[in-house]
This record gives sequence, C-alpha cells and structure tokens, in this order.
Amino acid sequence: MSGSNGIVVSGLRREFRGGIKAVQGIDLEVAPGEIYGFLGPNGAGKSTTVLMLTTLLPPTGGSATVAGFDVAGQGAQVRRVIGAALQEAALDNYLTAHEHFELQAGLHGMARKQRRARAVELLERVGLTDAADRKIGGYSGGMRRRLDLALALVHRPRVLFLDEPTTGLDPQSRSALWEEVGRLAGDEGVTVFLTTQYLEEADVLADRVGIIDRGRIVAEGTPNALKAAIGQSSVEAVPADPRDRERLADVLSRFGEPASASPKGVAVRLGGGTEELVDVVRALDAAELSVAGLQVHEPSLDDVFLAKTGRSLEGAGDQPAAEERAAVPA
Amino acid sequence: MTAFGQVAVAVARRNLLVTFKNPALILPAAIFPLVFLLAFAGGLSNLANVPGFSFPSGYTSFQFVFVFLQSAAFGGVFTGFAVAADYESGFARRLMLAAPNRTGLIMGYVLAGVGRFAFTASIVTIAGLAAGMQVDGGVVELGGLLVLAVLVNVVATLFGVGLCMRTQSMQSVPFLQIPVFLILFLAPVYVPLDLLDGWIKAVAPYNPATAFLETGRGFISGEPDHVLVAFAAAGAMVALLGFYALRGLRKAEAGG
Amino acid sequence: MSTSVATQVGFIARRSVRRTFRQPAVLVPTIAFPLFLLAVNASGLDSATNLPGFPGDSYLDFAIVVTFMQGALFAATTAGTELATDIESGFLDRLQLTPLRAVAILVGQLAGAVTVALGGAAVYLAVGLIAGVTIVTGVGGALVLLGLATLIGVAFGSIGAFFAARTGSSQAVQGLFPLLFVTFFLSSINLPRELIEIDWFRTVAGANPVSYLVEGMRSLVITGWDAAALLRGFGVAVAVSIVGFAAAASSLRTRMART
Ligand SMILES: Nc1ncnc2c1ncn2[C@@H]1O[C@H](COP(=O)(O)OP(=O)(O)O)[C@@H](O)[C@H]1O
Ligand SMILES: [Mg+2]
Repeated sequence: MSGSNGIVVSGLRREFRGGIKAVQGIDLEVAPGEIYGFLGPNGAGKSTTVLMLTTLLPPTGGSATVAGFDVAGQGAQVRRVIGAALQEAALDNYLTAHEHFELQAGLHGMARKQRRARAVELLERVGLTDAADRKIGGYSGGMRRRLDLALALVHRPRVLFLDEPTTGLDPQSRSALWEEVGRLAGDEGVTVFLTTQYLEEADVLADRVGIIDRGRIVAEGTPNALKAAIGQSSVEAVPADPRDRERLADVLSRFGEPASASPKGVAVRLGGGTEELVDVVRALDAAELSVAGLQVHEPSLDDVFLAKTGRSLEGAGDQPAAEERAAVPA
Repeated sequence: MTAFGQVAVAVARRNLLVTFKNPALILPAAIFPLVFLLAFAGGLSNLANVPGFSFPSGYTSFQFVFVFLQSAAFGGVFTGFAVAADYESGFARRLMLAAPNRTGLIMGYVLAGVGRFAFTASIVTIAGLAAGMQVDGGVVELGGLLVLAVLVNVVATLFGVGLCMRTQSMQSVPFLQIPVFLILFLAPVYVPLDLLDGWIKAVAPYNPATAFLETGRGFISGEPDHVLVAFAAAGAMVALLGFYALRGLRKAEAGG
Repeated sequence: MSTSVATQVGFIARRSVRRTFRQPAVLVPTIAFPLFLLAVNASGLDSATNLPGFPGDSYLDFAIVVTFMQGALFAATTAGTELATDIESGFLDRLQLTPLRAVAILVGQLAGAVTVALGGAAVYLAVGLIAGVTIVTGVGGALVLLGLATLIGVAFGSIGAFFAARTGSSQAVQGLFPLLFVTFFLSSINLPRELIEIDWFRTVAGANPVSYLVEGMRSLVITGWDAAALLRGFGVAVAVSIVGFAAAASSLRTRMART
C-alpha cells in the first residue's frame, strides 16, 4: 500500500514513564478509503495509538507509515496529509467557529479567500452555518464534535483520525456524524481510522474492526466475520401460556445449548446457524406450543470481546494497562 | 445543639478543612500579609522620619496594626471566594438542600472567616514580634485590638457572602476585592492622618477604616483613642452587612 | 502551502489578543487596579517626598512607573495562563497538527500578551499625564519609557511562558503571581534605595533586578537622561528576556516532541 492513502502499522509500542505499557506491539493495515474501527474499553491504548499515528507522540518501538510516510521520521509529511479530531475536541471557548477556521486554515498556509470559502463549505456540511459566528463557549457537545470534525477536514486530508468522535453524544448527533464519516470515505475516498468504545458504532460504521485490549489487538476482521467466527446466533421463544415454559425448553433443547434469555422466555444457541430457525418453528408447531414471541439474537461484537478477553466490553475499562503497573512504586 | 448551630459548625469545619488542605489556598493567605509587613514596616521605616510624624511605639507597630486589620479583612474576602467557588462547583446547591437551617450557613461562613483570620493573625503577630515590634498597650488594650480586628473580619465575610450569594460566580471576585482594597487604602496607611496630602486627605476622615486604624494604633501604643467611634462603626457595619448577607441568602434560595 | 514563521506568529498573537479582550472580567480589573493603587499611593505616600534626599517633590512622578511593572506582571500571567490552558485542554495538540513551529507559538503568545501590556502602559501613561505627571525627558523620554516597559513585558511574559511550558499547569502559573509580587515589594519600588533604612532590606533591594528595572524607567521621569540607569534597566530587561525566552523555548520544544 505504499504511496497510497493507507496505514501500515507493525509492532508499534509505546511505554510511558513508570513502565506503563500503553501499547504493546500492534500490527494492522488500513486500505485506502477504508473505515477502520479501533474498538476497545477505556484505557485500552486507543488514544495512545492515535497520538503515535498522528505524530504527536513518538513510538518507543515498532514502526508505522501513514500514506506512505514514516510517522517517526517524516512527521511533517504525515501531518500534511492527515486530519485529526482528538479525544478532547479542544476548542477555544472565546473564539467563534469562523475564527477557528481562520486560525487552523491559516496555519496550514491557505490564502485568506480560500480559507473563508472552505470554512463556509465545511460549516454548511456539518450543519453549523447558523452558529458560525457564535463563540464556542455556548456550543453543545454535539456542536463541538461537529466543528472539530469540520476543522480536521480544512486542508483536505487524505487520511482522517477520529478519536472517540461520538462519546457522550445524543443518538441524533451520533448518527449524523456517522453519515458524514461514511460519506467522506465513500464519496471522497478518505481513509478513516476511528476509535470507539461503542459496539454499535464499530459494527455500523466500520468496514473492518480491530479490537484492542490492554495494548494488544485481540481480534481483527470485518464485523460479520468476527461475529461469525465466534458467536452462534441464539433463538429465544416466549410461551403464550407461562405454564408451557418447561415443555418449550424441552423442545428447544434439541437445537442447542441453553443461552441467557429474558425472565419469561427460553433461549438456546443455534448450532447450525439461522437456517435452523425454520426447523425450530416446525418443531414448536408439531408440539402444539403457541408462542407469544420468537426472536433471533445475532452474536454481537461484545460476544467477540467476551470470547477473546473473558470480560464484557461494557465495564472492562479503566483497569490498569498491564500488570507491570502494579509493580511500579507511586 | 440547635439546627442553626449544627449547620454553622458543619459549614465552618468543611470550609476550613478545604482551605487548610490546599496549599494553593493557604499559602497566599499566609504569605501576603507577611510581604506587606515586610515591605511596609521594613521598606518604608524611613517614613517615621518625615517631619511631623509622631507615633510613640515606632514604625513597625504602626504598620503592624494596618497589616493585622488588613489580614482580618482579607480573611473575610477569601471566605467570599469560597462561597463563589461552592456555587460554581454546585456544592452550595447541595448545602442549601441539606441544611435544616439555612441562616446557619451564613454563621458557618462567618466562623470559617474567623478561623482563617486566626491563622494569619498568629503568623503576622509572630512576625511582628520577631521584627522587634514595640507593644506598649496592656492586656485590655490588646484584647480591644483583637475584638476590633474580629469585627472587621466579620464585616468583610458578610460582605463577601452577601455578594457571592448574589452573583454565584468567581467572576465577581474583583468586585469583592477592589472595594475592600479601596476602603483599606483610602485611610492613613503609611503616615498618620494629619500628614496625609492630596485627595486622600479629603476622603480619609470619613472612612471607617481610618477610625479602625487609629483606634487600633492607639491600643498597641497604650493610648486608646476614640474607641467608641470605632466600635460603634464596626457594630453598625456588622448589622448592615449582616442584613445584606441574609438578603443574599434569600435571593439565592429564591433563585435556586 | 507552507507559512512563514512571521505569519504563524501573527495568527497566534491575534488569537491571544482576541481572547484577552473577550474576557473583560479579567481585563478591566487588571488595567484598573494599578491605576487605583497609583492614585492611593500618590496621595498616601506623598509625605515621603518630605524626607531629606527624596528625588523630586511629587510621589506621583515617583510612582507612575509602578503601573508599568504591574502591566508586565499582567503580561506574565496572561502569557503563562494562556499557554498552560492550551496545554491542559489539548488545544496545543490541535495547533501541533499544523506546520506551526514551537518558537512561533512562543513569540505569538508573548506578542499577544505584550500588545495588551503595551495598551495598558499607554493607558497608564495617559492617565498619569492627565493627573499631572511630568516626564523631564519629554516626548522622547516617554517613548523610551514605553519601549522599556514593553521590553519588561517581554521579560516577565517569557518567565510566565517558561513556567507554563515547564509545568503544563495553569494553577502553577497562578502560583507565580504571588512570587513575582513578593519580588516587587522587596525592591526600590516604594522608596529610593538610599532612603531604605533597614540594612538587610536595602541589600536585598540592591540585589533584586526589579530595582534596576524600576530605577531605569524612573530616571526618565524624574532625573533626566541618565545613561547608567538606562543601561542597567535595559540590560536587566534584555538579560531576563533572553534567559526567560531560551528556557521557555527549550521547555516548549521538549513538550512538543512531535516527530
Ligand atoms: N501520558 C501518559 N503517561 C502515562 N500513562 C499514560 C499516558 N497516556 C496514557 N497512559 C496510560 O496508557 C493506557 C492507555 O491509555 P489510552 O491510550 O488513553 O487509552 P484509551 O484511549 O483506549 O482509553 C492507560 O492505562 C493510560 O492510563
Ligand atoms: Mg482515549
């Protein structure tokens, strides 16, 4: 992928003072125009990776290229072709959106007229035209994120880094942002490296997902492939008459191991995949069991995370990065 | 204990704990008065040689009284900051909800202000004595100086509490500092009243701080002067600003 | 598409000035307070002019330069707080993703702070003149005075920036204020050094660079063209600026260790 807009990472590491191993040797490749979702709990090492790939933090081991440039040795070239919206969405509360553009585009060397036109275009695109001359201090969290994204695009980057772009956003703002990111990759061929703690975000938005935990990539692939490799679908049935619950369980047990279900229902893992659903329905019919509800649960990325780490993604965060940390005197 | 007393003690305790655990809060409170004492009593001691200057106990004592009363006032001002900070952090709202007697809040802040002053007063006094300050007043007179300073402290706290309960913002800090500075410095700070010149000469005689300073200096030199005026002024200000603080509390209650 | 350092400085300076003027609650008291102190001290300390050996007969003339020192202090806290806040908030990261150079941030931030300090100095000078300050060296002296005041602003501003770059904490920068305040008081800011009676205080004031800054500016107002005083004043200001700037630049470069 050399020379193109891809990302190639090999054995990348970052150790902080005090022996904290935030990133412990990761390998990954992102194809041009691809949306790569970097999924992991709090403290997994996502931001550290992004900072290294955006040249803001020197790696302590391994190597990486972005658009063919070495992040350690060719920082200036890398910065010229990337845009980034970092985790904090640091904006100046006393400046307006337009003034942010003026500053950032100006520092990128754009001429005054060009700056203004680009700002107008991008603000329109993220729906901030009306708020463009207001100071950021009065912006909502969603508005800040959208402005941050627009600012990251000001110099037409070929590779875009987004560090938890939707954390703390309401569902509308979130899906608006997804749409915009999807458009960037789809229509403009921008390569997107996006970190998230949200399963759904990785699932819906990313072409490929890397799951990171404690500084290591524990699984990688398209969301479907990941889920298919790990999980089996399960089917849950709720009997119309609660007294039939036992009998229902008997019938279902022919199709697979019991799985967790809602209090009134019974669920089993489908050993043979969703095609078996038809057989399940037939069997229920044959046993003259009437059901109030029948649902198929697809495996989620959480199941993948669970299978790889033994923990659920929700609530897995904020643990020490590595055992090494415990040994470090404060 | 009554609800009033309980609330007062709880608020004062927390306030002082927060202050004394935070070096960023307590160090300036300790250092600033010392710097003033050093700069004024030390750096300006030659002013005692200005023709017409007469103060029996020497320039260090002369300035000690100013710095002592100043730190009393600023003990109150800093308490005002704490109120503003409590509102900004949302803690004050919780206090208002939890306190069975909200007037006790004001009393708590007043006690905290006195506690702050007790700390700086000790430091300044030790520094003054170490610098060879001459004390000619007796126990009664020194007691008078202390009571006067505490009254000044309470006045400043009530002003700070009243203001900050209204604004509920650290942005109002300058509006708290500047008037207090103004009143303190529009007085015979460096030389006695009769040696003042210019526009201060016209203003100072009507400034209550002048009365506090002159009476305080009278106490330390063992020659108390217009004591009644000073205490009457201090008492009146406590009453007035007490009312101001209480109204502030009512406004805060109505708003939140 | 690459910008010159001068252009970058311009962008950063403009932002800094904008920010300052959009916080009137900070700006107005910091400009007003020195004037207020001047008014109070000019009158309250006027009898000091009766001391044998006091230069001139107006304490106002003697004290006007103190406002410039406070303006410089303001420059220090502005430059420092702004930079530290940018480090804390991550705004510096945003800037770092552009081709911006570390030295441009520093110069820009200082330029912004000094512009505001210079504006303040002009206000102080104007108010002083209206109140009856006479500058014996005339218009030329007033200009040199503003020049020295600006340089002192740079000196203190770079100390503030150094603190910020080093600690990355705006609280630490706030802690700088009382420290500098103390050094002001332990100088000849309130009385000429010869008139400080207490020996150790006089010694400290003599060793305190602040004394030479104040005396350099003061010479223009009350003594006339005094080459020695000006040399010491400008010398100290330049030396502190150079040392402060070098330290700040080196700390900032370390902090901005992008590849
Ligand atoms: N500058 C730093 N110094 C020391 N430890 C750090 C630093 N930055 C991050 N860490 C630690 O490295 C680990 C990974 O952090 P981070 O990359 O921010 O995780 P994520 O973005 O996935 O939440 C965490 O344990 C964090 O505490
Ligand atoms: Mg992160």
